[in-house]
Amino acid sequence: MEALKQELKEKIIEVLNLEDINVADINDNDPLFGDGLGLDSIDALELIVLLDKEYGIKLLDPKLGKTIFESIETMAAYITEHRTK
Amino acid sequence: MLENKTYIHSTCVIQKNKIVLNGESIFSNEIEGFNDFAKKFYQEFEIAYPKFFKMDSLSKLAFIGAELLLKPIIDPLKENNIGLLFANKSSSLDTDVKYQESISESESYFPSPAVFVYTLPNICLGEISIKHQLKSENSFFIFDTFNSSFMENYANVLLNIKKADKVLCGWVEYFNEEYKGFFYLVSDEGEIEHTKNNIEIEFNK
Amino acid sequence: MLKKVYISNVNCITPLGFDVETNIDNITKGITGIQKHEDKSLMKDSFCASIVNENDVDEAFAKVTSEGKFTKLEKMMILALFPIVNEVEITDKTAFLLSTTKGNIEALKNKSDESIEEAHLGTLAKRIANFFGFKTKPIVVSNACVSGVLAISVAKRLIQSEMYNDAFVVAGDIVSEFVLSGFNSFQAMSNEPCRPYSKNRTGVSLGEATAAVLVTSNRENAKVVILGDGSINDANHISGPSRTGEGLVRSIESAMKEANIDSNSINYISAHGTATPFNDEMEAIAFSRIGLENTPVNSLKGYYGHTLGASGLLEVVIGIQSLLHNKLFASLGFDEMGVSKPINIIEKTENKELNCFLKTASGFGGCNTAVIFEKIK
Repeated sequence: MEALKQELKEKIIEVLNLEDINVADINDNDPLFGDGLGLDSIDALELIVLLDKEYGIKLLDPKLGKTIFESIETMAAYITEHRTK
Repeated sequence: MLENKTYIHSTCVIQKNKIVLNGESIFSNEIEGFNDFAKKFYQEFEIAYPKFFKMDSLSKLAFIGAELLLKPIIDPLKENNIGLLFANKSSSLDTDVKYQESISESESYFPSPAVFVYTLPNICLGEISIKHQLKSENSFFIFDTFNSSFMENYANVLLNIKKADKVLCGWVEYFNEEYKGFFYLVSDEGEIEHTKNNIEIEFNK
Repeated sequence: MLKKVYISNVNCITPLGFDVETNIDNITKGITGIQKHEDKSLMKDSFCASIVNENDVDEAFAKVTSEGKFTKLEKMMILALFPIVNEVEITDKTAFLLSTTKGNIEALKNKSDESIEEAHLGTLAKRIANFFGFKTKPIVVSNACVSGVLAISVAKRLIQSEMYNDAFVVAGDIVSEFVLSGFNSFQAMSNEPCRPYSKNRTGVSLGEATAAVLVTSNRENAKVVILGDGSINDANHISGPSRTGEGLVRSIESAMKEANIDSNSINYISAHGTATPFNDEMEAIAFSRIGLENTPVNSLKGYYGHTLGASGLLEVVIGIQSLLHNKLFASLGFDEMGVSKPINIIEKTENKELNCFLKTASGFGGCNTAVIFEKIK
């Protein structure tokens, strides 16, 4: 789980072009959207692509993203349970 | 049509790793690739706008030009009715090619929403409008080459029919690391008269 | 006093017909061009879209010319312009405007210098211009989904600046793998024909079409006069519209101010109505902010899908027919109100004396355009 969280932080910084942020800046329970990392609606869609591309998870209802992408912690938990690759 | 005299208030040219503002070279470096050049500019001029890194190259080019010409004249406490009139040759093809690659192979078919949004040339106008809070007239055109007479006429129309108080004009051509950004602000004050000839002289400087 | 600028000739090529009359017949009957398609070259899964039959295009095009090699989009653009160009003399004061978002983007499937050249919008414009022998440099408007309406506004302004006497405007886009995959990645595609403003909507249907109009300072044969226009950015977000409809409100206000009318003079609104929740909601808020909540409004996306760079111009062509025929067309696909600010959606096609209509569009990049047209009596 710790390795997955580390990997997620790296990937999120990479795919969302968070140039000014380091892995160490992101805490596991920090909110990703709103006041946290300040991600927006396009980022949320990009995270859905990330789930599909890297972990083989197809999110059919984008509304689910809201709870899954709450924090690195919730994302890692969801991926661990649902990943197909 | 009754016309008031208009002027080229300020100019900015970005090409070949060099930025020239009002005829003066203000930034250059030898770094390879436009994105790293843009990043160096961002750091040196302390832009502090992380969204910059999400933009495609075309938007970054437009953003830098707008930043340099608008910052000195924008009053953040007031409405600034500055129209945006932009054009280029290659539309968003630089990003289009990258997006097309992401959908070309069926095994690696992962179309990216963040890339797709930049497959429209006018997105750079949106980025500038958001940064400078310009709720103003804006339009994007495509021409084979820089069309000074169109730019002159259309900027004058916007001013004459009072759709805008000033117009930021931009030629933002970007394809495959080849780029040229030419920006000028048309206003009722300045030293260079806003004519087709003068626009061309500034473009070719 | 600025010159008055008119629209005198119009035409369109759509799945509902290759001339305006056939389109109006089909709209009156409530027929949609949107169908379920299974075409793996466009998308892996089946999808809903409004697509023009290629054989029909070829057949119609063969009657125009047998020379030259043209893409489907180019043929459709030439077919749209052909009957109206023939009626007017082309001079060096005749402008040619082309509106599109992605043009011949499908050329990029081949990776060669030639296909890059082919994908350039200027190349497309030059081909159409050469076909008709336009004498001035083509002007391509590429401003996302407002392009088609914006092109009319630009033509009007250029004629008012006396740079030109008249302008042919053509608009077009086709349904490609490129745009289908993009809208799909935005989770914005509906798996049934779209339902603008409806509670039961599930997103956008894409479509393809071309439309053409003649914008002119010559009152002879004029159908409508262009009273005013505005194109103001939301300055809010590059893919989502403003929650308050600010840019659209200001665009309409700018157009009404120029037209010197108030909202009571507008008899009908041909809105954008893409059937995404954010767009529809934003429009409803904007219309009610301006006092247009009781004005009959429709979206034609239920008939044609979202035809991107063509949509604004196509919807103006149909809107003009509404004025000429004194007919309000039903907003196809609508059942239950799905926006928080009630607006007056046209539920049934009906006859009504009409004099003036407002066309609006909004799109990526936070762009908005509003243009007001009045019938020539």
